[in-house]
Amino acid sequence: MPSIEFLARFQFAMTTIFHFFFVPLSVGMVFMTALMETVYVVTGDEKWKKRTKFFGSIMLLSFAVGVVTGIIQEFQFGMNWSEYSRYVGDIFGAPLAVEALLAFFLESTFLGIWMFGWDKLGKKLHNATLWITFVGTFLSSLWILAANSWMQNPVGYEVKGGRATLTSFSALITNPQTILEFSHVTTGFLLTGGFITAGIAAYQLLKNREVDMFKPVLRLGLLVALIGSLGNFVAGDQQMLEVQRTQPMKFAATEGVYETTPSPAAWDMVAFFNESEHTEVFGIRIPYMLSILTYHRPSGSVEGMNEINAKLQKQFPEAAKEVNGNFFPPVTVLFWTFRIMAGLSMLMILLSALGLFWTRKKRPILYENRFGLQVYRWFLFSPFLAITSGWLVTELGRYPWTVYGLFTIRDSVSPNVSAGSLLFSNAVYFLLFCFLGGVMIYFTIQRMKQGVEGAETAYVSLDPFNQEVLDTKQEETEKSVDDVKKGAEE
Amino acid sequence: MTGLQLFWFIIVGVLFSGFFFLEGFDYGVGMSAITIAKDKREIEQTIGSIGPVWDLNEVWLLTAGGAMFASFPYWYASLFSGFYLILFLILVGLILRGVTFEFRHHSHSEKGKMLWTRILGISSFAIPFLFGLMFTSMIQGVPMDARGNVSATFTSYVNLLSVVGGVAVLLLAWLHGLNYLALKTEGELRERAARTANKLYFVLYAGEVVFAVLLAIFTDFLEKHFWGTLILLAAIVILTVFAHLSVRAKKEMSAFLASGLTFVALVALIFQGIFPRVMIATNPAHSILIKNASSTGYTLTTMTWITLIILPFVLIYMGWTYFIFRKRIKK
Repeated sequence: MPSIEFLARFQFAMTTIFHFFFVPLSVGMVFMTALMETVYVVTGDEKWKKRTKFFGSIMLLSFAVGVVTGIIQEFQFGMNWSEYSRYVGDIFGAPLAVEALLAFFLESTFLGIWMFGWDKLGKKLHNATLWITFVGTFLSSLWILAANSWMQNPVGYEVKGGRATLTSFSALITNPQTILEFSHVTTGFLLTGGFITAGIAAYQLLKNREVDMFKPVLRLGLLVALIGSLGNFVAGDQQMLEVQRTQPMKFAATEGVYETTPSPAAWDMVAFFNESEHTEVFGIRIPYMLSILTYHRPSGSVEGMNEINAKLQKQFPEAAKEVNGNFFPPVTVLFWTFRIMAGLSMLMILLSALGLFWTRKKRPILYENRFGLQVYRWFLFSPFLAITSGWLVTELGRYPWTVYGLFTIRDSVSPNVSAGSLLFSNAVYFLLFCFLGGVMIYFTIQRMKQGVEGAETAYVSLDPFNQEVLDTKQEETEKSVDDVKKGAEE
Repeated sequence: MTGLQLFWFIIVGVLFSGFFFLEGFDYGVGMSAITIAKDKREIEQTIGSIGPVWDLNEVWLLTAGGAMFASFPYWYASLFSGFYLILFLILVGLILRGVTFEFRHHSHSEKGKMLWTRILGISSFAIPFLFGLMFTSMIQGVPMDARGNVSATFTSYVNLLSVVGGVAVLLLAWLHGLNYLALKTEGELRERAARTANKLYFVLYAGEVVFAVLLAIFTDFLEKHFWGTLILLAAIVILTVFAHLSVRAKKEMSAFLASGLTFVALVALIFQGIFPRVMIATNPAHSILIKNASSTGYTLTTMTWITLIILPFVLIYMGWTYFIFRKRIKK
C-alpha cells in the first residue's frame, strides 16, 4: 500500500486542483455577470438583462460546485495534516477563520439575495448585491492567499515550545508574497471570466444561436480577457522576481538550471532532464534570454540547483537528513508546467488583443470567420490549464517543505490516519469529482442549447417567491392535465 | 486557563450552536422534502422555503471549523484526524447536498429533479445523524496518546450512546425543520408539517429520556458537573415540551424558536460537560485541556478584535436577508 504521506499529498493535490477549476471560473463569471447587469442598469436595455441571467445561471452552477469542494479544503488540514495543524495553527488558522467570517458570509448571503431577489429589490440595489458578492470573493482570495503565502515565505513568527507562534499580525497581512500572489491570482480570475465568456459566445455564434445576442458578449469577454491577461503577465513576472529571491531552488527548477550559468545566461526553450543524475539531457537554448527574463537586462548569471542544494544541506542539516540530502523538486514537471503557464499567458494576451481588433465596428471580420471562432471556443479551456500549471509550480516547487525552510511535508501528515482510510477517501473523492464535473458540463451544455431566451424563462422559475411564475405553472399543469383527460376521452 | 481561552471556548460553542440553530432546520426541511411533501409543487414549496438562506446558514459550520483551527489548533487536529471517517462521510454528504439545490433547477426532466430531491433528502437525514454520532462519541472519551493522536476503533465511534445521540440530533433537526415549514409556508403543507411535528415530538421525548440515562452511564458529565448537566438536561426537556405545546397552540414562531434553542441547549450541555477539557481521553492523563490546546494570547487577542469588529455587520446583513424573504411561501 502507498505511504500515508503519498496518499495525503495526492489527496491535497487532487482536491485543490479540482476546487481551483471552479474558483477562477465562478469568480470570473461573477465579475462578468455583474458587469452585464451594470450595463443593463445603466442603459436599461432588456437584452443585457437576459444576458445577465444566461451567464448568471452558468455562474451559479460553477459557484455551487466551487463552494462544496471548498469545504473539503478547510477540514483537510485537521484530517490529513494534523501535525501540520498543531505546528502552525497559531498562525495558519487565523486567516482561515477570518476568511469565513469576513468573506464566506458576505459571498453566500449576498449571492442568495441576488439569486432570489430579482423582484424584491430595486435594479440598482439588486446589482449591488452581486458586486458585494464579487468583493467577497476577492476578500476570500486575499485571506486564503495570505495563508498560502505564509507557507511560501513565513514572516512575523517565532518558534516557541515546538511550534510556530505569531508575533506580528501586520507582518502576516503585509507579506510581500501575499500582495504578489493576490495580484497574480485575481488577474487570473478576470482573464478566466473573459475567456470563458468569449468562448461561450464564440461557440454560440458557431452554432448560429441568437447571433445578435452573443456578438456584444464576445467583445465584452475579449476586453476583460485582455485587461486580465495583461495584468496577469505583469503580476506573474513580478512574482518570479520574488521567487528567485526567496525560493531560488524553485526558480532554478522552473528554468531547468542545474549548474550555475555564466553571465549572460542562455535560456532553455525546450529541455529534457535526467532527474536522478541531476543533469540536463537535451536542450534548445536561446542565448542571453535567461538573463533578460530574470533580470530584465542582457547580463547576469542564474544560480544552479546543484549549488543551491549544497547550500540548503548546510543551512538545514535536519531536513537534509530527512530527504537524504536531496532538496531537488520534481524538475521536469516544474520546467514544463512553467512553460505551459507562461506560454499560454502570452498567447492569451495576443488572442484577446487580436480578437478585439477583429471585432471592431469598422470591420468586424471575426463574427463571420468560422476558424477564428473555433480558436476562441477552444481557448475557453486555456485559463484552466494555465492556472493549474501555475499552482503546480507554486506548490511542487516548495518541496520538501510545507512551510518553506521551517517545516517539512513528511513531518506534517496525520500519524494516526491509516493508509486504508486515505485510500478510501481518495477513491471516493475521485469518483465524486468525476461525477460533479460531468454533471456540471452536462448542464452547461444544456443551458447553452437553450440559449438566452430559454434561460430567461427557466431562470425566473427558480424564484419561489415569484407568484406570477407559479400561476403560469399552475395553468400549465392544469392545461396538461386537461390535455391528458382529453386524450383519454378521445 | 486565561479569560481569553475561556472566551474562545465559548465562541466555538456559540458558532456550533448557530450552525445547528440555523442549518438544523435546513436539514429538517430537506428531510421533509422526501417525506411529507405530497406532490411536485409541495416539494418546490418545501425546498423554496430555504432556497435563499441555506447557504449562509451552512457558512456557520465553516466559521466554526475555522475558529476552532485558529483558537484551539490541538483540538482541531485531534478531533478531525481522530474522527476521520465520520467527518469524511459528513463532507461527502455536505458536497452532495450542496449541489442539489442548483442541480435541481437545471434538471428539466421530472426524473432528474426527483433524483436530486432524493439526494437532498437522504443527505439531510445523514448529516445531522453523523454529527450527533461524532459529538456523542467524542464526549465518552476516546483512546488517545500523550500527543493527542486518537487511535479509535469502530466501537469508539459507533456505540449505544452515539447511535442514540445521532438519532436524537436527527429528530431535533427534523422537528426544527417542520416548525420552520409551518412558519414559512401556506396551505396544506403548513398544516401537515404541524401535524407531523405533533406526532414526532412523542418520539423525541422517548429519545431524550434514553439519551439522558445513557449520558449518565457512559460519560462523566454528572460526576464532573452535576448541577450544570442536570440544569441543561432539564432545559432541553422543558424547551421540547414548550415547543410541542406551541405546535399544538399553532404558535409557530415560538415553536420554531424553542426547537432552535433546544439545539443551543444541547451544544451547551456538551461544552459544559467536557469543560475544562476539549478532548476527553480514556486515559485521563492524556485528555486535552483548554489551557494547553489553544493558540497564543497574541493570536487570540487579534482574533477577538477582528471578530468583535466584523460580527455585528454579519449579523445585520443576515438579519436583512431573513427580512427580505420574510413572506410565507405559497403552493
